[in-house]
Amino acid sequence: MGLLSDPNRRKALTTLLTRLNTPICVVCYLAGIAWFMGLAFEPFTLRTYMSENAMGSTMVEERFPAGERALATGREFAGHKRKAGGMPVDWLVKTMQDRGLEVFTQSFSRTLPFPDENKERYMVRGINVYGILRAPRAPRTEALVLSAPCSPDNSNNQAVGLLLGLAQYFRNQIYWAKDIIFLVNEHDLIGMQAWLEGYHHTNISGMDYTPLQGRAGSIQAALSLELSSDVITSLDLILEGLNGQLPNLDLANLFHAFCQKIGVMCTIQGKLQRSDWDTAEGYTHAVQTMMLMVLKQASGRPWGDHGLFLRYHIEAATVRGVNSFRQYKTDTTTVGRLLEGMFRKLNNLLERLHQSYFFYLMPSLSRFVSIGYYMPAFGLLATILLLRALDLWVQLGTPTEVTEDGVGEVEPVSINNQGSFDSPLTHIYIDLYSKRHSTFQMLFISGEGTEQGWRVLKLVALLYLAVLLGCTALINFSLGFILAITLVPVAACVTPHLPKAVSALAMVLLSPGCTILYCVFIFQELQEAPVSLSEGWMLFLSVISQGILDHSLFGSLVYPLLALLVYPCWLLLWNILFWK
Amino acid sequence: MGLGQTLCACLKGLNVIALRKACAVLMVVLVQILRSHWSLRRLSLGGGAEDVEKPNDVTGPVSSSEPGQSESAAVSSGGPVAAPVSEADEPAEAAAGGAVSPPDQCDEELVLRPLRSGDIYASFQFRTQWDTDFLHHGKKVSHYRLFPKSLGQVLSKFSVRELHISFTQGYWRTMQWGQPFIPSPPGAELWVWFHNTVEDVDGNWKELVNVLSGIFCASLNFIDSTNTVQPSASFKPLGLGNVTDHRFLRYATLPREIVCTENLTPWKKLLPCGSKAGLAVLLKSEKLFHSSFHSQAVHIRPVCKDWQCTSTAWELRQTLNVVFDIYTSGQGKKEWSLFKMFSRTLTEACPLASSSKVYVDVTDNPEGELFDLSPVTPLLSTAVVLGDRRTYSVYDLTKKETFGQLRSLNLVLRWKGESGDMLRPLLHAERYVAGFGLQTGEIHTLIYNNHPYRAFPVLLLDSVPWYLRLYIHTLTVTSKTRENKPSYIHYQPSKDRLRPHLLEMLVQLPPHSVTEVTVQFERALLKWTEYTPDPNHGFYVGSSVISALVPSVVAMDTNSTQERPLFSSFFPTKEESSYFVRVYTEPLLVNLPTPDFSMPYNVICLTCTVVAVGYGSFYNLLTRTFQVEEPSQSLAKRLANVIRRIRGVPLL
Repeated sequence: MGLLSDPNRRKALTTLLTRLNTPICVVCYLAGIAWFMGLAFEPFTLRTYMSENAMGSTMVEERFPAGERALATGREFAGHKRKAGGMPVDWLVKTMQDRGLEVFTQSFSRTLPFPDENKERYMVRGINVYGILRAPRAPRTEALVLSAPCSPDNSNNQAVGLLLGLAQYFRNQIYWAKDIIFLVNEHDLIGMQAWLEGYHHTNISGMDYTPLQGRAGSIQAALSLELSSDVITSLDLILEGLNGQLPNLDLANLFHAFCQKIGVMCTIQGKLQRSDWDTAEGYTHAVQTMMLMVLKQASGRPWGDHGLFLRYHIEAATVRGVNSFRQYKTDTTTVGRLLEGMFRKLNNLLERLHQSYFFYLMPSLSRFVSIGYYMPAFGLLATILLLRALDLWVQLGTPTEVTEDGVGEVEPVSINNQGSFDSPLTHIYIDLYSKRHSTFQMLFISGEGTEQGWRVLKLVALLYLAVLLGCTALINFSLGFILAITLVPVAACVTPHLPKAVSALAMVLLSPGCTILYCVFIFQELQEAPVSLSEGWMLFLSVISQGILDHSLFGSLVYPLLALLVYPCWLLLWNILFWK
Repeated sequence: MGLGQTLCACLKGLNVIALRKACAVLMVVLVQILRSHWSLRRLSLGGGAEDVEKPNDVTGPVSSSEPGQSESAAVSSGGPVAAPVSEADEPAEAAAGGAVSPPDQCDEELVLRPLRSGDIYASFQFRTQWDTDFLHHGKKVSHYRLFPKSLGQVLSKFSVRELHISFTQGYWRTMQWGQPFIPSPPGAELWVWFHNTVEDVDGNWKELVNVLSGIFCASLNFIDSTNTVQPSASFKPLGLGNVTDHRFLRYATLPREIVCTENLTPWKKLLPCGSKAGLAVLLKSEKLFHSSFHSQAVHIRPVCKDWQCTSTAWELRQTLNVVFDIYTSGQGKKEWSLFKMFSRTLTEACPLASSSKVYVDVTDNPEGELFDLSPVTPLLSTAVVLGDRRTYSVYDLTKKETFGQLRSLNLVLRWKGESGDMLRPLLHAERYVAGFGLQTGEIHTLIYNNHPYRAFPVLLLDSVPWYLRLYIHTLTVTSKTRENKPSYIHYQPSKDRLRPHLLEMLVQLPPHSVTEVTVQFERALLKWTEYTPDPNHGFYVGSSVISALVPSVVAMDTNSTQERPLFSSFFPTKEESSYFVRVYTEPLLVNLPTPDFSMPYNVICLTCTVVAVGYGSFYNLLTRTFQVEEPSQSLAKRLANVIRRIRGVPLL
C-alpha cells in the first residue's frame, strides 16, 4: 500500500483515474452488460451435477402403477368440488382417511388490503386439508411435503387425484424414513401461507387461522404439483420463490435426473433445452431462458406454491404439467413414477439439502451459472458508481476558486485530500481528525446553491446507491442487476449543466417505475405472448398492485425496497438535475 | 400448594358437576388431594438438601406390605404399570407359591391387542424372578440358573438398585393406538437407581453405561454428563424401598439411537430359553422390524418374594412391544395370524417357564361382531388395565389341548367390520418447535386432558441440551387461554458443555382442555469440532416425559349398568379410580447455525488475505502523520529573511 500512502504516486494514480474516468465508466458498463449476456453462452457455464451423495448414487425403482385410478379420483374430486362450490372438505378427509393417513384440517381467513383484481378476491376464507403418512418406525422428526392447490375453477383436479393416488401407493410401502404430508391447500398462496404459519406457529402476515392439530417435525423438502390435464407433453420446473429466493440446486438436479431417467420432457421457464448452442438461435434461446429467470427472480414474487416454503429453510419447487400441441404425450402413471422416484430419493436424505448452490441462474435445465460467475457482471456496474464518487471527491477536495467565497479561514489542505483514493470512510476519519476539511463542513453548513453543493449531494447519492444496490444484489441478484442497469447511467451522468428537458425525459424513462414497465414488456415478449401498449399498461398496473399485495400478504420486500429506498435515491438525482 | 386452596379449586369444580355424581366425585377428589399433598411433601423432602429418610436395608422387613400404604407408595413411585393381567389373574398362585417356590422362576406371556385402525399390537413379557441378594457385601453370587449372569454381575458390581433400559424405534401413536402397556420414548432411554451406599454415583454411572453399551450392542456410551439429569420427581423407584433422594438417580435418553437386529440379538440371549423355544421363537427380526413400532426393554427391580413380603427377590422383566401395520403387510386382506405377523407358529412353551400364556384382547368383540378369532378358547380373563376393564381370551401354552391336533397354535384374527377410531385417550401430548430462522425458536408442548369433567395434575419433565439456551423467563403455561401456574417447579440451568437444562413442573390440567407450555430458546453457535459429522441433519432434543395419575375410564362410568353389584359401585374403588400413565412426546430435531464445512480451506485463505491486506493498509493510512511540505526557498529569499529577522520585521 505504499502506492497509496506516497502522496506523489497517489496523486498520479488519482489524476489518471479522474482523467480517464468517463471512458473507464463506459467500458465498465458495456463490460458488465456483455459479461451478463455471456453467462448464457454454453461454454461459459457449468453442467449441473448432483452434489448430494445420499441422492446421487442410490438406486430407486419406480413402480407406481395407478395413474388411471388417480385420474378417476381426480374426476371424483372435481365432481365433489363442483357440488360443494369450493373445497370438498368432507370428501377429502374421508378419502385420505381411507388411504390410511392421519387427516387434519385448518381453516383460515384473510381480508386483503384491497380487492385483488386478477383473482377476483377480497375476503378470503378457506380450509386446508392435509393428511400425514406416518413413516413406520420413525420418531416424527422429519417430514416431506407434497402439495396440490385446490383452485376454484376447473383446473388442477388431476393434481389432487394424483396426490391421492400417490398417498395410497406410498402408504403401502415400508421404506419411508420421513413422514410425508399430503396437503391440498385452498386459495393457492394464501392457503399455503396460512398452513406454513400454522405449522411453524408464527404470524407474520396478520392471517387468521386455526392452529394445526397434527405435525410431523421439521420439513426437509417440499414439492408442489400442478396438473390440469390427463396427459401432458412436458413438465415445467418452477424455482423462483418469495424475494427471489431459490431452492438448493440439487432439487432441480433431482428433477432433471428423473426426467431423463423416465423419459419425460422437462422444461424450465417453459423452454425446452436446445442442443445447438453454437448457433445464434441456440444462444438466443439460452439468453431468453436466463432472462426469464432473471425477470421472475427480480419480481420477488413466489411463482408457485413452493415459493413460501423457502423462508422456512425448506427446499421446495413446483412441478407443473404442460399440455401443448406436441405429439409425444406422457400419461399420469409416468408423472406419478417421477414423483415417486423424487420422493424416494428425498426420503434417503440424511441431511437437509445443503451441498449444492443456493445462488444460481439457469440458462437451461442442465446448465447453471453460479454466484461466482454472475456477480462480476454486477460488480462492473457498481464500480462505475464508485469511480464517479471518487471523481467527485477529488473535485471537491481540489482547491478551486470556490474557496474564496467566504469560508476563508478554511485553509485548503493539500495532501490529505488531493490524492484521495481509498474508501470515503478513511477520509471522514481523517477529516474528523484534522477538522480542517472544507467538504465536511459544506455538508452541513454551506453549499446551498453552489457548485459544490450539488457535487456533495451527488456524492452522497452515488454512495448511497452503491450500498443499496450492493446489498440488494447480494440477496436478489436479478433485482439488483436490473436496477443497476437503469439507475447507474442516470446516477453517473446527471449534472445540473445538462439540457433540462432532454435529461428530464431520459431520467423519467430510466426511473424505477419505467423499469418495471419495460420488464413487463420484455417478459411478455420472452414468453412469446407479446402485448399491445394498452394491454402492457394494464399489466403494469396489475404488477404494481400485485407487488403491494405480495408485500402485505407474504412479506415480499420488492415494493418497500422500491418505494422507500430506491425511489428516494432517484429523487436525489432528480434534484441534482434541477439544482439552482 | 395449600390444602385449602386445592379444596376451594375442587369445590369450584364441583359446581358444574351434576348432583347425582357429586358424591362419588367428592370422594375421588379427596383421595386426589390427599395423594397430591402427600406426594408433594415427599417431593419437597426429596428436593431438599438433606434426605430425611433413613437408608433402610432392602432385605429387611419392608413395611409397605400393608395395603393402604403400599397403594400410596405406588402412587408416588409411578405404580405398577406393567403386567396387566398377572396380578388379577393369578393372585392365588403367587400367594400359594410363597413358601416353597423355587429360588428362581420365569414366566412368559404375549398379549395381542387388535387396534381399531386395523393394526395389531403385540406385547411380549418375560419375567425372571430370583430371590438372591446381589447387593450383599462379602458374599459373591456366582451360580446362575435362569437369571442372566451378565446382568447379575452388573447389578452387584455397580450396586444398582433398579435399572430400566429401553430401545425404541418409532413413536407410539397414542391417538390411534391408545396407551401402551409399557411406554418408552423413541431412541434409547436409561434410568438407574443406585443403592444408597454408593459414594461416587457419577463414576458408577459412567462405567455402568459403558458396560451396558457392550451388553446391548448400543451406543449408550454416548451418555455423558451433557445428557444425564437427576429428575427430582418424575422417576420414582418402581420396586421395593422408598428411597427418594434423587442423588442416587440418573436418567438419560439418546433420541438418535437407532434400534435394529444387533440390539435384538443380545436382548434375546438374556431369555432363559433364548430364542429356541416358547414364545421367543416368534421373535424373528425380519418380521419384528417390518412394523410400525418396535420397542424392547429390560427392567430390573427388587420385588417382594411373597405376599407377606418378608424377603425380597430380584425381578428381571424383559418386554418387547411391536405394532404391525395392516397397510404395509399388504395383500389387502384384513387378517392377522401369528404366522403372518411372525412367520412362525407356536408349538410349545418354554420348558423352563412356570407359566406361558397368550392373551388376546376381545373386549370390543364380545359377540364377535368386529373380528373372528380362531381357534376359540373357553378361557376368558378380565382385568382392569390402564383404567379400563378389559376381557382377554387366554391360551395356556403349558396345556397340550391348546395346540390342537396340528400340534401348533396359529391364532387367526379376521376383521369383519369397518375399522374405526379409538376412544380418545384421556391424556396425550405433543411437542414442536415454532418459529423460523437460525437464531431463536420456541418449544411448544401441548398436553391434552380429554376427560370430560375431571382435572388432574401431571408432572412434566423436560431435559434440553445446553446448545439450546432456554430463556426461562419466557416460560408460560396456559390452559383455556388463562395462565396456569404450576404448583411445583424444579429448574436446573444448563452449563455449557457440561450439563443440560432440567425442567420439572407439576401442572394441574383442567378438564377437557389443552395446556400449552412454551419456552423460547436461542440456538448456540458450537465450536467447530463439536458439530456432528452430519451437522445439517440437525440436533435432537429428547422427548419430554409426562407422568400422571389419570382418572380411569371405569371410574368415569359412575352410573354403570354393567354387571357390577349395586353395593360395589357407589364409591369408586381405589385401584380403579386412577391409574399411572407415562406419556412421551416426540423428540425434536433442531437446526443449529452451521458453517459451510465443505470449503474451510477457501474460507481460511480468503479471510487471511482480507485481514492482511485490508488491515495493513488501513493501519498504515490511519497512523501515518501527514505534514504540509514546505517548498524549498530560493537563496535570495533566505538571505532577505535573515536580514528581516535581524531587523525585527515579519518574514517574507
